[in-house]
Amino acid sequence: MKNILDLTIRETSDLLFSKQIKAQELTQAFLERAHGVNKKLNSFITICGGTALKQAKKVDELIANGQKLNSLAGIPVGIKDVFSTKDIKTTAGSKVLENYIPVYDATSVNHLFNANACIVGKTNLDAWAHGSSGENSDFGPTKNPYDLSRVPGGSSSGSAVSVASGSCLAAMGTDTGGSIRLPASFCNVVGIKPTFGRVSRYGVIAMASSLDCIGHFTKTVYDNALVLDVTIGEDGFDSTCIAQKQDVYSSDIEKGVKNLKIGIPKEYFENLDQRIKRLILEAVKKLEKLGAQVEDISLPNTEYGVATYYIIQPSEVSSNLARYDGIRFGKTREKFGSEAKRRIILGTYTLSSGYYDAYYLKAMKVRRLIRNDFVKAFKKVDVIICPVSPTTPFKLGEKTSDPLQMYLADIFTVTANLAGVPSLALPCGFMNYLPCGMQIIGPDFSEKLLYQVGHAYEQETKWYRVKPKI
Amino acid sequence: MKYEPVIGLEIHIELATKTKMFCSCSAEYFGAKPNTHTCPICLGLPGAMPKANRKAIEFTQKFGSAIGCKLLLSSKFDRKNYFYPDLAKGFQVSQYDLPFAAQGILEIKTETENLKKVRITRAHLEEDTGKLTHATINNRRVTLVDFNRSGVPLMEIVSEPDMESAKEAKLYAQKIRQIARYLGISDADMEKGSMRIEPNVSLRKKGSKELPSYKVELKNINSFKFVEKAINYEIERQSKILDQSKVPEQETRGFNEQRGITVSQRSKEFAHDYRYFPEPDLPLLNFTDGQIEKIKSVLPELPDEKYQRFIKGFNLSAYDAEILTREQKTAEYFEEAAKAGEKARISPKVIANFIINQKPDTETVLPADLVSRIYQKTKTAYVSDEELENIVKKMIDENKKAVQDFKSGKNAALQVLVGAVMRESKGNIDPQKAKAMLKNLLTN
Repeated sequence: MKNILDLTIRETSDLLFSKQIKAQELTQAFLERAHGVNKKLNSFITICGGTALKQAKKVDELIANGQKLNSLAGIPVGIKDVFSTKDIKTTAGSKVLENYIPVYDATSVNHLFNANACIVGKTNLDAWAHGSSGENSDFGPTKNPYDLSRVPGGSSSGSAVSVASGSCLAAMGTDTGGSIRLPASFCNVVGIKPTFGRVSRYGVIAMASSLDCIGHFTKTVYDNALVLDVTIGEDGFDSTCIAQKQDVYSSDIEKGVKNLKIGIPKEYFENLDQRIKRLILEAVKKLEKLGAQVEDISLPNTEYGVATYYIIQPSEVSSNLARYDGIRFGKTREKFGSEAKRRIILGTYTLSSGYYDAYYLKAMKVRRLIRNDFVKAFKKVDVIICPVSPTTPFKLGEKTSDPLQMYLADIFTVTANLAGVPSLALPCGFMNYLPCGMQIIGPDFSEKLLYQVGHAYEQETKWYRVKPKI
Repeated sequence: MKYEPVIGLEIHIELATKTKMFCSCSAEYFGAKPNTHTCPICLGLPGAMPKANRKAIEFTQKFGSAIGCKLLLSSKFDRKNYFYPDLAKGFQVSQYDLPFAAQGILEIKTETENLKKVRITRAHLEEDTGKLTHATINNRRVTLVDFNRSGVPLMEIVSEPDMESAKEAKLYAQKIRQIARYLGISDADMEKGSMRIEPNVSLRKKGSKELPSYKVELKNINSFKFVEKAINYEIERQSKILDQSKVPEQETRGFNEQRGITVSQRSKEFAHDYRYFPEPDLPLLNFTDGQIEKIKSVLPELPDEKYQRFIKGFNLSAYDAEILTREQKTAEYFEEAAKAGEKARISPKVIANFIINQKPDTETVLPADLVSRIYQKTKTAYVSDEELENIVKKMIDENKKAVQDFKSGKNAALQVLVGAVMRESKGNIDPQKAKAMLKNLLTN
């Protein structure tokens, strides 16, 4: 038998339900792995063995009683430390919340508990989810398991790394400007940024509320669909979580891509690193061979993405961080790191009277144009394929002294957040032994289609089998 | 006076919904143990999100409609960012450019009995803050926060600067309170803090049409009496400054009730920049014409309409109608009593007088009982003159001795006859009237 740490959720679930392994053994193995690699990778802020084992014991009992359970039952899951977890410390990666223990669970965490998933720990992140490399964490940077001298991408750095390193089989993340897709791309895992409003944001510490999306990481596309099946749903606590027909994402995943129209937006490939361009276009070729049609398209307002994003996002950040005023959560405002301070100052400025029209309001108008680009494109094509990042994982410290360079790491990802459309990031190969990902973007609520396309490609390549050597 | 006051009012009214504005905690915080009506949402815990209270929106739309405002078909919530220890999230969810109701007109009757139109800028909805208490505990001076009030729905009504005296401002505020109570959306009790008034006061040269270049906002006023006092003090204070050819400072001043003066709290340089922006956690709210029409159609009879109906329908004087319609409860009580009075042939006017002068306890005395009480006291009026004459004549016949005595000059004998008439009528006759008739019949 293969090492149980190397399996997918689908395979593990089969073993559990056929009683070949016990959830407790499984959890124990993952907890050991998590503890074992955490010193090197620093992917967890908190490892919660007790909670996970308790849940695993319950799952074993339910299976012994012949209960029909969700595919996630007994599956070890990591949670980005920005999700409120009852009685489990939730820091947002910042010393400001170093000792904050929530009294309630985020809706998505609740969904996971209801599916009997086992929460093995709270994963590391750039403080307040501000960052593209994981280096902004007040609890130390997370390392890329494929090269410990490189960043894993951020801000959901710990979640991507915990899946890539076999410390859990799925991990929750948030994506405001690429915070799931970028680390997925840097760590050879699958990450979904669902449509804005698809998964409840309630209980997730807000970064920029109008852009924040709740998603997750897994090794495979199918596993990814299994998790989204559990986390979606209208929520009475999140008014922006839209009542929509509930898709079952894991069914019909093998539908294929015959006659599917794939758009290649030229703006994302101009001046792109030739090696990354080649990997992505090879992937597109594979899909073409499987029956898809490829078409060149244009998303003309792409160039305004980062500028627009860096007005709207800090504006909302400045408001969302106001509650950490030193009165209620134990630590004072001096504990804010420099990136949070930078965004608070930027956002406070752009919202000031006299500047609001020139910055925030203007940015909101450009945001509309960017969305219109996508809406228009999806009248011609079914999905869009483009790179996730202009580079492969960069060296730790390489960009920390130049915030603008760091911001540009999000150049290909912020547009989907501004437009609100879903995007699936998945591995498309390696460059000098470093992972590289691509994103498949679709119209609002087209996650099912994205999974079908992603799965078709993954069957041809199975990049997830390339494990990091830690 | 050479100056003319220019006064506008910002009035906050807490809405009497069961739950808070953005969560399901009870909104009835008055007298509750501190921090017992709280949850992650109204405590502003990390990750919590608001969910708008539909009832509070409906109340605001009702009120807006009642003060003649247009109800907007598209409205939204915005964040008003400022720091204060009683503000859990570091911002207040309020409304900026798309309030639920805008551009109304409210008619008030001034001290000179003239009708005056006050323009209403807007009525919008926001959330109340927590409450700070300064105390000394274990010899340490501390500030305690109670979040029970945090998130209670708060409606703000902003008027144009149309009031010209402290009295007018008070009358306007009282009218706002009256309408809020009529609609049953708040007890609008200033002492309990469920209604708060912040006047903006400035002065201009008499006859000038322009708005002054400054305004002074007055805070910490918790009764109608103090509204008048604070404004009058402010008018005097600003006059003195203007007399010296200076311009009063644009600032916020608090009213000190012990000393009866206003004291500077915050000057223009320290004015907040609230950095309003649309609340990203609450989607735009759209209403159909049908929904707006429905809100208007379910409005109860408002004070002005009731007042007119009382004058026309019950033949009351303007004075009586005004007093009876001041509070909806009194008006309803009167109407029920008037109905009961119809059967007993007691006129609405008599009932109105009785309610206004005797001030019966409307809580304990049923309207029907009130009518029989009035009947007891006034039924004399219902023994007709004809009947009375019959009784008097009968008594004259039956009391020959007394008649004789009277005619021979014994005036006291008349009392004997009056007593006999009263007995015969079982007390249902006005003794004065009986006496007059006896005298009349015996002397002619």
